[in-house]
Amino acid sequence: MNDVFRRSLVFSTFAVAIVFIGFLQSWNVALGIFNLCLISATMALGVNIQLGYAGIFNAGVMGFAALGGLSAVIISYKPVSETISLGGLGILICILILILGSALGVIVYKSNLSQAYKKILFPLIIIVVLLCLNLIGAPAVERIEAFEPAASGFLGGFGLPIILSWMVGGVIAGIVAYLIGKITLGLRSDYLAIATLGIAEVIIYILKNEDWLTRGVKNVNGLPRPVPYEIDLQESTWFIELCQIFGFPLVETSSIVVKLSYCFLFSMVVLTLFILSEVALKSPWGRMMRAIRDNEISARAMGKNVKARHLEIFILGSAIIGLAGAMLTTLEGQFTPTTYQPLRFTFTVWVMVIIGGTGNNYGSLIGGFLVWFLWVEAEPLGLYLVELITSPLSETNPLRIQLITNAAHMRYMMMGLLLLLVLRFAPKGIFPEDR
Amino acid sequence: MDFLNALALITNYILLPGFTYGSQLALGALGVTLIYAVLRFSNFAHGELMSFGAMICILFTWLGQSYGINFGVLPTALIFLPIAIGFTALYCFFIEKFVFSYYRRKKSDPIIFLIASIGVMFFTAGLIRFVIGPSDQNFNDGVRFIFNVREFKAFTGLEEGFGLKTSQAITILTTIILCSILFVFLNKTRTGKSMRAFSDNEDLALLSGIDPNKVVLLTWVIAGGLATFAGVLYGLDKIYKPFIFLQMLLPIFSAAIVGGVGNPIGAVVGGYVIALSELFVTFAYRKVLAYLLPESMEPSGMMQFLSTDYKFAVSFIILVIVLIVRPTGIFRGKTI
Repeated sequence: MNDVFRRSLVFSTFAVAIVFIGFLQSWNVALGIFNLCLISATMALGVNIQLGYAGIFNAGVMGFAALGGLSAVIISYKPVSETISLGGLGILICILILILGSALGVIVYKSNLSQAYKKILFPLIIIVVLLCLNLIGAPAVERIEAFEPAASGFLGGFGLPIILSWMVGGVIAGIVAYLIGKITLGLRSDYLAIATLGIAEVIIYILKNEDWLTRGVKNVNGLPRPVPYEIDLQESTWFIELCQIFGFPLVETSSIVVKLSYCFLFSMVVLTLFILSEVALKSPWGRMMRAIRDNEISARAMGKNVKARHLEIFILGSAIIGLAGAMLTTLEGQFTPTTYQPLRFTFTVWVMVIIGGTGNNYGSLIGGFLVWFLWVEAEPLGLYLVELITSPLSETNPLRIQLITNAAHMRYMMMGLLLLLVLRFAPKGIFPEDR
Repeated sequence: MDFLNALALITNYILLPGFTYGSQLALGALGVTLIYAVLRFSNFAHGELMSFGAMICILFTWLGQSYGINFGVLPTALIFLPIAIGFTALYCFFIEKFVFSYYRRKKSDPIIFLIASIGVMFFTAGLIRFVIGPSDQNFNDGVRFIFNVREFKAFTGLEEGFGLKTSQAITILTTIILCSILFVFLNKTRTGKSMRAFSDNEDLALLSGIDPNKVVLLTWVIAGGLATFAGVLYGLDKIYKPFIFLQMLLPIFSAAIVGGVGNPIGAVVGGYVIALSELFVTFAYRKVLAYLLPESMEPSGMMQFLSTDYKFAVSFIILVIVLIVRPTGIFRGKTI
């Protein structure tokens, strides 16, 4: 009973904070923050599965989120028929060569050839594949990127409803997680963190530089939405009449309605994931995971396949992060590879999970909510604080101007302090793990 | 003659930048490896420590320049480097006192240390952006070149040439001097030996009367000093960017792990291995091959293994290969 009380107290405090923002700033801002809170909570749920259930330190959150964003582009953007006819075939052949090459590599690896043969065959396969890619891929890519580089210059996507990309984002992230997990999961905890940090960077580099796929740093704008556009709402008669009946301002109401529809979609996802993770945690599978985390050796002695279980959970968690990444790109309506920063994505999500309470799904929810809320509200708060501190100085004092312009960066300091304080004084987080 | 031309090209585009960047990585990796050897955790805050040191140095340089202080042909920042080292060491001292000493007493898991270092990283990153702002700062006010490509060509009469930047010469020289001092310190002095003993076997070191607090503090001070050197030299050579240091964390970790984590010689070698291979793999060999091969075999493409955009990916690929093939690194790491 105590637990239920505690949970409802914390969650209702958060609800009050959002309502407070609604009255103080505007409902538009409040809903905007809440939507991102929901996405953050989704990411936190994914990381919690890895960090909390199994103790896997995945520092590649950013990469998986970006893969989700990529899937949103590939699924929803209209196909650019000109570039496809220019270089689509070349790209397709390249993908086939890559798959073939990897398959050949795996076959050689699994075969019972002697080590000496393998040592010769592996580099040979790699060189041949690279050569083929250069010969076939490079001209195709050049042709695609040369086509109207200011407006297009990439292959586009399948033109399907963007909501489909949430699932696809999860699947793509899961497949990549399988490949990464195969290589890195045998490593010790901090090596794993470093390796995954690196993989995330590599994924971002690829997304930034392969213009034929993502337009790189030129960004992809104008992704279709799963919800109506404000402008359509403002022009439809039923909406105008509705606003007149209740006396709402038309423009503001339309954007609130749009945000509310996003909120509904995201809440559905979060709720489903939350229930599934909770069921999984309480099931024998969840108990086995925690047993492996707490004592790997005895779990192995009980006949559990630790490596396979770790791989399983790495894929699951990464898939959820990929889904959250697709949701984020859907909400923003554009894909900007440069915005993927490890501080903003990877480590902030870690802070969410740790502050909420590692291994507790309620904790991940509230951690995602609270930390994102603070991350956004740190800016006005920091500005207020700096203005208060520097108020004795004159308006034109360069130090004061400097500090005020940089006040937004207080959020990093705040995150750091929050993490250090929680780690020191409440290492189990807001909601400690159930035992 | 053609061979010399090719050599000059490689020197200009690979060897000099490679050894400079390698020196910067080596200094960073030395700090990471020392912390790992003594405190046994991977310090994610090290990149931000480098940034912090460079920032302090820049602030004092500006102050000095406003009083008209300069260092002639050398960058003014070098005068204020000792002050910056002092401040960074002090900052490290505070980090150790307020953050890590608690977990050390509790004998926490290395992963807790790692998370705490991420907290420190966040805090330091915020502090830096708060004080100096997120934009780039160029603070190299010395003479840019010792000799440039044109002067070299005129002197030797070759078609191709290389230029030596002042910052490159300073970086490489400083690194050689610093590494020699560090190795003499670790191998010959009593304090250095006690550090090695502590890293080798903590309990035995305690039994023989080594004060752990002193060793740990000293390690932090040395790591802070090395980080400042690395940060300032990197800033002088390229430009000071607060955002770049988180990205540099990866090549630095790679250097430390490739050389064998916890092994100072490994860290230095690892730094050069990473830097040089980044450049060797992303360099376009077309011009070089044009000099070396007979005219009929002149290549038409760029003759580049990987596009330059994938520089950082190279360090990562090397890291993964080393982790799979030889997890202890080239020099069998773990102890100093």
